[in-house]
Amino acid sequence: MTTPVPSNIYASLKKTARTFLQSLPVIVGMLLLTSLALSLFSPEQAARYFGRNDWVDALLATAVGSIASGPPLASYLLGGELRAGGVSLVAVTALVVSWVTVGVVQLPAEALFLGRRFALVRNGVSFVFTLLVALLTVQTLRWIEAALP
Amino acid sequence: MNRPGAKAGRGGWWFLAAVAALYVAAAVLAPELALRALEHSLQALGRMLPVLALVFALLFAFDLALTPQRIMQSLDRPHGAHGWLVALLAGILSAGPIYAWYPLLAELRAKGVRASTAAVFLYARAIKLPLLPLMVLYFGIAYSVALSIYLAGFALLSGVLMDKLDRAGAFAGNSSLPKPKKE
Repeated sequence: MTTPVPSNIYASLKKTARTFLQSLPVIVGMLLLTSLALSLFSPEQAARYFGRNDWVDALLATAVGSIASGPPLASYLLGGELRAGGVSLVAVTALVVSWVTVGVVQLPAEALFLGRRFALVRNGVSFVFTLLVALLTVQTLRWIEAALP
Repeated sequence: MNRPGAKAGRGGWWFLAAVAALYVAAAVLAPELALRALEHSLQALGRMLPVLALVFALLFAFDLALTPQRIMQSLDRPHGAHGWLVALLAGILSAGPIYAWYPLLAELRAKGVRASTAAVFLYARAIKLPLLPLMVLYFGIAYSVALSIYLAGFALLSGVLMDKLDRAGAFAGNSSLPKPKKE
């Protein structure tokens, strides 16, 4: 005799399957698009735009991540592939963090529910904090690497 | 964890179709480039498949263990620094599209939860526990740990800052927001 699957397990399985199906085209599309971009632009070209100045890298990538919209999973894939393609770690970090913490596209909805001033200030603060998080994370890794024998 | 408001959108498929069209154009104009890009994509996908399986297994486990109602209840009670710590944890554990969380946060704000608590929650959403395996695969353990610690720290800092602004009346006159009761 088989034991019936509890309804909460079934519901969670269903939700996870739906998330997977929704993420699948984004994951595949993001991988294909990044690969195409990386094939078009060599690591040297990527390094020409990203990698000369940490602040400029962080600022550019934060601006892009703030406008970008999509599941965070896609930002990780994009960031990872861009990093492999020669884009600086500061830029990649800023992109991944701002993707989730700053939402230009979501701003009207946030303003509607939580107030216009709150939404503007929170996104502004998050933008600045993203720059700091990206710079501090990479600087910390440099310190760790320098400290290790 | 439940992902409230998740709808079966077709945006992802349209995105994939647009990328496929780009590949068709690339295959016509520069076949070698398109082939190289396709090979790179397949290699990357093969590399991350086991990690993606782990990511979705974690998503399932979180969905089973937590509900948005439970997360929102946890935010409803504590205040001050304790409230920010709870908001930090709730933000880390929350999942799903951000749009779904706005009404719930607005409801809490109307009940008197401070703006700073909502800010901490929203910033802490940048820490994605189920996605940690993918981050480690791409960037390493040291990076993942350092970034997560900084994100948690800055989430709390955003709470401090937003609280000071709130107390200074920066968010007064938010016409669309229900008047908060005192926390």
